Amino acid sequence: MPSDLPLLLEVVLKAVVVMAAFLTLPLALGQLEHKVMGHMQGRLGPMEAGPHGILQLVADGIKFVQKEDVTPAAADRPVFRLAPGVALVPYLVALAAIPFSAAWVGADVPASLLFVLAATSVGVIGTLMAGWGSGNKYSLIGGMRAGAQLVSYELPLVLSAASVALAAGTLSLTGIVQAWSWWWLLWQAPAAVVFLAASVAELQRTPFDAPIADAEIVFGPLTEYTGLRFAFFLLAEYAGMVVMALLFAVLFLGGWRGPWGDVGAVGALWTLLKATLVGVLFLWLRVAWPRVREDQLQRFAWLVLLPLALLQLAVTAVGVVVLS
Amino acid sequence: MSGPDVLFLAVGLVTAGAGLLAVTSRQVLHAALWLVVALGGLAGCYLVLGAELVALVQLLVYVGAVVVLVLFALMLTRTGGVPVVTSVAQRGASALVGAGTTILLGGSLLATLGGDPVPIAGPSSTDVATGIFGTYVWPFELLSALLLLALVAAVAVARAPVGGKDRAAHRPDEPPAAAEHGETP
Repeated sequence: MPSDLPLLLEVVLKAVVVMAAFLTLPLALGQLEHKVMGHMQGRLGPMEAGPHGILQLVADGIKFVQKEDVTPAAADRPVFRLAPGVALVPYLVALAAIPFSAAWVGADVPASLLFVLAATSVGVIGTLMAGWGSGNKYSLIGGMRAGAQLVSYELPLVLSAASVALAAGTLSLTGIVQAWSWWWLLWQAPAAVVFLAASVAELQRTPFDAPIADAEIVFGPLTEYTGLRFAFFLLAEYAGMVVMALLFAVLFLGGWRGPWGDVGAVGALWTLLKATLVGVLFLWLRVAWPRVREDQLQRFAWLVLLPLALLQLAVTAVGVVVLS
Repeated sequence: MSGPDVLFLAVGLVTAGAGLLAVTSRQVLHAALWLVVALGGLAGCYLVLGAELVALVQLLVYVGAVVVLVLFALMLTRTGGVPVVTSVAQRGASALVGAGTTILLGGSLLATLGGDPVPIAGPSSTDVATGIFGTYVWPFELLSALLLLALVAAVAVARAPVGGKDRAAHRPDEPPAAAEHGETP
């Protein structure tokens, strides 16, 4: 991006671009999910709205707008109504700090890795507010499950990200990609596995979707939501997937690094391509695995992921000392 | 007033207001949510003062984990929606303690710094790292050992049975094996 623009104009332009990415990328991922899931399960997926069903999500959006916005009588009104926003906004803030290429970044803050992790960790408050505010026992159970799950998986997530930061010697995402080289794919592979599992759990997607298990607790915290507020929660989930996939691509897959160098938009396209592959992996996990039970989920976090992340951290530290 | 001054004042007012609401809220869960705003505001204060790392860690640890645990505990014990009833004497005493602490802290800060404005030069992440893992490495390690000790002790307290005797059959993860041998508690 040209840097001789007036500061205010640059800030406004970047904000608009980030907002546009925030509104389109989750939809693209959602559409991809419809189709990928469909074909993996030997069916076509939505086909009616638009050519090959590409307007299905637009149709869904129109449906959501038309629905009545109901607040239950037993709900804690302000908490209930504010929750979707609290769940959604952190991912928008996080997206602004994720670089698509060395120059294509909304806000290049020095400790951007920490910034993204800190911002995404706030999203859980929205789920808890929804679980509490709905005045519904299923929502409450779902909220509690979400709280327990997200606190447990936060630790392996942060530790595995810390391993990459340690290897690169910086907390800046642009700096991490600059320090990255291909053999990190092997060196940081355990951290990548831990990060992938923990991010799926943070997003509360199958197989770690016990908080919103539809067959047990009828969508948990989202039970009482209708219309646009429900759509906001869905958007938060898909925006979270976009943020986590981009973060994974930047941390573990070298972001915009690839053949032909970082010329023009090529770098950003590499990032998007890698993030799309990670996104497909998220979808694949959902299709391939059944939901794990609540106690299995906690066991997995504390007895598998956490030791693995700590081991990786030790390996990375030894590697850094040996190499320097 | 310069830009940062105005920003600091605004964030500070939000923090103070949210803190006041957290204390005066009648529902414990609302108090916890106001605490979220207060802690987030505090992170904003750090950010305005240039301590970026501290601000982000504040957000990650306090808003992302500590308050989540508080909310979780409130949901678990179902005390979140019960209105808190306190007597006037209790409220007066707590106001007195709060005011005393404020005066003590503010007074000692003013006494040491003398009210002179200090230029904002927040430490970089590298400075903080050198401080923690270089100059103050022993206090840091001692603190982490203390926290680990507290954690282990908490687990020990939580697992011990009410009667004081720890029988293997009473441990939550072992009863099926004991029951097979026809052992009655």
